[in-house]
Amino acid sequence: MSTVKLTDIEKRFGDYVAVHRMSLEMPEGGFVTLLGPSGCGKTTTLRMIAGLLDPTEGEIEIGGKRVNDVPIHKRNLGLVFQNYALFPHKSVADNIAFGLKYRGVGKSDMARKVKDALELVQLPHVGERYPRELSGGQQQRIALARAIVIEPDVLLLDEPLSALDANLREDMRVELKRIQERIGVTTVFVTHDQSEALALSDQIVVMSAGKVEQMGAPEEVYNTPASEFVAKFLGASNIVEAQCTGRDGSSMVLETPDLGRFTLPADRGPKVTGPGPVKLVLRAEKIALSATKPANDDVSHGARVETVDYQGQAARYFIRLGDLQLQAINMIDGRPHAEGSQVTASFRPSDCTVLPA
Amino acid sequence: MNRGAGWSFIRLWTILVYIFMFLPVAVVVLLSFNSSEFGAFPMSGLSFRWFVELANNEAILRAFRTSMILGALTALISTTIGVLASLALIRYKVPGQNLISTILIAPILVPEVVLAVALLLFLNALSINKSFALLLAGHVIFTLPFVILVVQARLVSIRRDVEEAAMSLGANPVQTFFSITLPLLLPAVLAGGLFAFTISFDDITGTLFWKPGGVETVPTQIFAMLRNSISPEINALGTVMIALTVGLPLLGLAIARRMSASSGG
Repeated sequence: MSTVKLTDIEKRFGDYVAVHRMSLEMPEGGFVTLLGPSGCGKTTTLRMIAGLLDPTEGEIEIGGKRVNDVPIHKRNLGLVFQNYALFPHKSVADNIAFGLKYRGVGKSDMARKVKDALELVQLPHVGERYPRELSGGQQQRIALARAIVIEPDVLLLDEPLSALDANLREDMRVELKRIQERIGVTTVFVTHDQSEALALSDQIVVMSAGKVEQMGAPEEVYNTPASEFVAKFLGASNIVEAQCTGRDGSSMVLETPDLGRFTLPADRGPKVTGPGPVKLVLRAEKIALSATKPANDDVSHGARVETVDYQGQAARYFIRLGDLQLQAINMIDGRPHAEGSQVTASFRPSDCTVLPA
Repeated sequence: MNRGAGWSFIRLWTILVYIFMFLPVAVVVLLSFNSSEFGAFPMSGLSFRWFVELANNEAILRAFRTSMILGALTALISTTIGVLASLALIRYKVPGQNLISTILIAPILVPEVVLAVALLLFLNALSINKSFALLLAGHVIFTLPFVILVVQARLVSIRRDVEEAAMSLGANPVQTFFSITLPLLLPAVLAGGLFAFTISFDDITGTLFWKPGGVETVPTQIFAMLRNSISPEINALGTVMIALTVGLPLLGLAIARRMSASSGG
């Protein structure tokens, strides 16, 4: 268990910058997720921590020691890949024991550790089998067992759930969190799946085009996106052009042609310094639709339901409000609003985020 | 033409093609068991006489030994170089990769005579005499492309992340190669080695150019014997050759298939 610290690392391939200068500190025992679409540099970053790629610039420290020049096989890392990467010619037990052989673990110790690891991943009876005889989910558990049996300083997970089917993925997600909490190893998790990131992480690093867009706790990243990219990538957001007409220490006033004028707390737009054009981020699930006008101070306007995307317990509505088309996700109470019906759309200004235009 | 007649015709034609291809071989094999002095039909009786004589013929035994040693060394050197070259070409970024790849494969495309003469002239220019080592070098050049093609194809299918996983667990690159890459590559290495052996064992054109005086391989020995007379011994030798050059690759394929089945492909 160790901290991981990246200081001003950058990775270039020729002229192409895969990862722009970034710094990142991961606390001991923390679960940090690098989240972003493919090509955003998250895997490149992970591979640099692993020692599979050398950073062009910057320092990588694991447990307070600079490891830039330490080759991968001496970094003591657990690495889990999307495609399991089990050794097809070795039995499950030999797969798990592989890393122990290079650590001078005695025979009886080895057998016990392999057994414990198999129990930890809840597959105690598959030691004699070969990887191809296991299902995808089981193979990934073995890959995880193989990575953690060596008691790594850091566990690196490269989209470990992405090759599994949807149901299994959620089970494995829970399982992964349980195991990580139990052994308490510092974990770096790479994914493009926002729900995995939100569910698992202590800290999320949202990346796009090789740059860090935002770092923070899941709630923070979700509720207070620092950029339009983050707002759009996590959850469903409406981005509305607006004018900031006034701002003081505690509140700011926004105005848009369709939503009118309303006041919200100044900390909803920390990057907005004064009057001028801004972008209003309105989460789809924060817009409540109702047949009657609610009796509170929320901003509310009449709107027409254009399209309904029925999802079972919830529905996603595309509504028209003057010139604006917005999406709203509401739990279904009774039955969903019908297409073409008139509703009142309301939201609480303090649920919004304001970004500079 | 109705469908049935068409298929009958195709079937007949196929059989004729096979007969054309394999009848001469069958004749050699059959006649090698003929007891008569003269290799002609009708056969006068069944006998292993010519095989016994073969086993007592010093020159043939010597040629056989030479061929075996030459084939084995060719296979060994070819697979070693072939595996290393494939690793370099597939796993690492080598400048001029495509060019190197083409050059390594080229001996398949260049006519054997041209290659044989070229190597000979080249070594003459360097005033190096013909030797067994030269013969061996020639055979290695020749068989290398086959090994590389087979090994590369397999290496591409071995996922890089399996090797990366091994390294992350503490195996250095050499340990990773021997504990992961090579075992997964083994079917292709064996197949490549058998190819190399068979090609070397069979080769006559290059061998005629490169062999030093007094050294004969089985094919050149047969060739020399044929110039004097057509002895039934040659039929027997031919049968042995066929058994070896057909049997070995088949055996190799069977082993390779079993191994790749048990290593999950």
